[in-house]
This record gives sequence, C-alpha cells and structure tokens, in this order.
Amino acid sequence: MKKFTELVVREIRLAWIGGGLWLPVVFYLAVATLFPFVTGPDKALLARTGGGILWIAALLSTLLPIERLILPDRQSGFLDQLNIRGWSDELIAIVKIVGQLVAFAIPLLLATIIASALIGLPESKLQTLLIGLAFALPALSGLAVTISALTAGLNGASALGGLLLVPLAIPILIFGAGTLSDDPGNAMQLLAATAVAMAALSPFAAGAALRAGRN
Amino acid sequence: MTVRQAHRTSLNLKNVAIFRGNRFVLDHLNLAAMEGDTVWIRGANGSGKSTLLRTIAGLLDIHSGTVDIIGTVALSDENLALEANLSLSKALQFWAFLDNATPQDTTLSMTAMDIMSLSNVPIRYLSTGQRKRAGLARVLASKASIWLLDEPYNGLDSASSASLDAAIIAHSNVGGITLLAAHQSPSINVSQSVVLDRQVHAA
Repeated sequence: MKKFTELVVREIRLAWIGGGLWLPVVFYLAVATLFPFVTGPDKALLARTGGGILWIAALLSTLLPIERLILPDRQSGFLDQLNIRGWSDELIAIVKIVGQLVAFAIPLLLATIIASALIGLPESKLQTLLIGLAFALPALSGLAVTISALTAGLNGASALGGLLLVPLAIPILIFGAGTLSDDPGNAMQLLAATAVAMAALSPFAAGAALRAGRN
Repeated sequence: MTVRQAHRTSLNLKNVAIFRGNRFVLDHLNLAAMEGDTVWIRGANGSGKSTLLRTIAGLLDIHSGTVDIIGTVALSDENLALEANLSLSKALQFWAFLDNATPQDTTLSMTAMDIMSLSNVPIRYLSTGQRKRAGLARVLASKASIWLLDEPYNGLDSASSASLDAAIIAHSNVGGITLLAAHQSPSINVSQSVVLDRQVHAA
C-alpha cells in the first residue's frame, strides 16, 4: 500500500511539474470567463445555460493531459520496470487513475466554484453541478488514462484522443446536463450508474491497452 | 545480499520460440543457468538479444516452449527509467523503495558504479556513460538474483567497465545469475555463451 501511495505521489509530482495540474483548470476557467462575452450579460440566460457549458468544459479539459499520462513512462522504460517487479497492467492503470483523480478532478471541482461565480449560477444549481461532477470525474479520469494508453506512441495521438473521448463521454454529458434540469433526481441516478460502471471498467480497458502496447 | 542465498536461483528456457512482427525472432532456444553463472548472449545486431532479455523479464509473450525462473529479475537496457528531474540519488531511491531495498543499498551500488559524486545531479544532466552507470546502479541496488544486462559495456570507459566486471563477479560469488547481451566479448570469464543466429524462420 505504501508503494502504491509512493507511485500515486509520483503521478501528482509529474502533473505538477508538467503543467498537467494547472492546464485543465486554467482551460476550464477560461471557458467560464469567455462564455458570458458570447451570450451577453443576460443573467437568466447565463443561469440556464451556464451549467451545461461547464459540463462541456470539464469533459474537454479531460483531454488536455492525455499525452503525458502514459507515453513518457512507456518511453523511459518506467512501465517495463514496474511490470518486471510484478505490478500488473491493471494495477498500474489504477495508480494512474487515482493520480488523475487527485491532480485533475479535485482542482477541477474547486475551480467549478469559481467558474459558477463567474457565470452567475444560482447556488442550488452549483450544488447539483458539484455533485454531478464528483460522480463523473472518476469516470472521466478512467477514460483519460484508457485513451492515453490506447493512443500512446501513435501519430496524432491527441487528435485521435479527442475522437475517442467524445462518443465514450456522451452518456456522461447527457445525464450530467440532465441533472441541471428542475428535477435532477432521475438524471443523477443514471449519471451515477453510468459513471460508476465506466470508472470500474476503465482499469481493465486501460490495462489491456498497456499490455497490447508493450507487445 | 545474503538473503538471496536462502533459496536457489535458476533460469531454464526450453525450446522457446518468440514470434514478433510476422516472423520468428527466436526459435528452438534452450538455456539453462545455475547459481553463480554468468552467461554471454552473443549475436549480431537484430539477432534477438534484447528480445530474449525482455522475454526472460516477462515483458514479452512466448509463442511456444517454457521459461522457468526461480529468483527475482532486474533488467538494465537502453531505457533508463529514472525520472529526469530528480537528482540521481533520489531517482535511484525511488526504485530502491519499490524493491524493498534500503537507502544503504543505493549508496553501496552508487559507490560500486563510481557515481557517488553525482548523487545531487539531476538525471537530465548526466552524460551517456553516466546514465548507463546509473541504470546499472539501479540493478545493483535491486537485490534481484538474476541480472539481465543489455549491452552494459556500451558507453562505459575502461575504469567503469572494470567496476562493472567487479560487480558482476561479486554478484556471481553470492550465487546470482548474470545474463550479458553484448556483441563484443566481455572482459570477464563467462560460464557459458549462447549464440543467437540471424537466421530468420518464415512464418
């Protein structure tokens, strides 16, 4: 367990050094800042559409770190050395996902509070948004690691990553945006179910991608 | 270093075939190494030396045959696997921690490879030969009983080569196995050598 923690700490350190920690947050806040310029200062409109825009921003910011999640570790032989020491590909994927949760999901949740203030989201909507994102972010972290493992070393990895993420993340986006309606109950349950299933499956998908990439 | 003597170390490959990129890279390969053996794996470029070491390390799947390993394995190849921004000693201690080795083991291995003076230098500033020695120090500190060294003498000056020879002999004396993949003859006495031919078998 101590070794697992040490590896997760390494993930966070690398995210900190490589800009993977701040880049998604800055992107997310930039969207929140720019959106009112597009729609104009209509408070009612912003309150109605702002939550949806933050969902899209959160989803797209998932893509930003995917090039540095797996590829550098594959090239440096780091993944090989972990495999030799008996770490399974699935366990390595879990390390990466937990690292993403700490270095990406938590900062994004904090940024959501700032972003919703910038857009002028009502407090009740902010609460729903935070709960919805808290469900969705483990799934999005899992997707980011899986896509990163799938595209590591390919030409145009980030463009391909975008193509892969969009269809896979659509259920999360639909239910996530659905929670922002006046009765969020059902959509929240569906969001939670989808997100839990995705988060639970992603270590296996990412592990299989890591294994395929090694051979 | 006495722990590994508690159980026997051995390496046994029987009739191993490895199929990669639509061809057999290795075929009908047999190799048996006992405690204290140093094996020279020789062959031309592209004859499958690195593939063989990666297979023994468990990184590649075998097509047929059996690989039996008793003991723990450490690999040093062209990939350093040390974090570029960390100082040499911190980067080595990261692996030592994962290997259940003590900081003392790291210090000893750095002394053995004569890189103690570089301990505070970040990995990205090291020269080719220094990086090679850092990778070897990681193997030395791992306490693994089977060392897989891929072209370990490349980039080393004569003093460093002598340090490596001494480390391999010390490893052999406590019952460890060393596999040296090199196209040139190593300067130490090897207990056996395995020649990989370049003959390509059609699929």
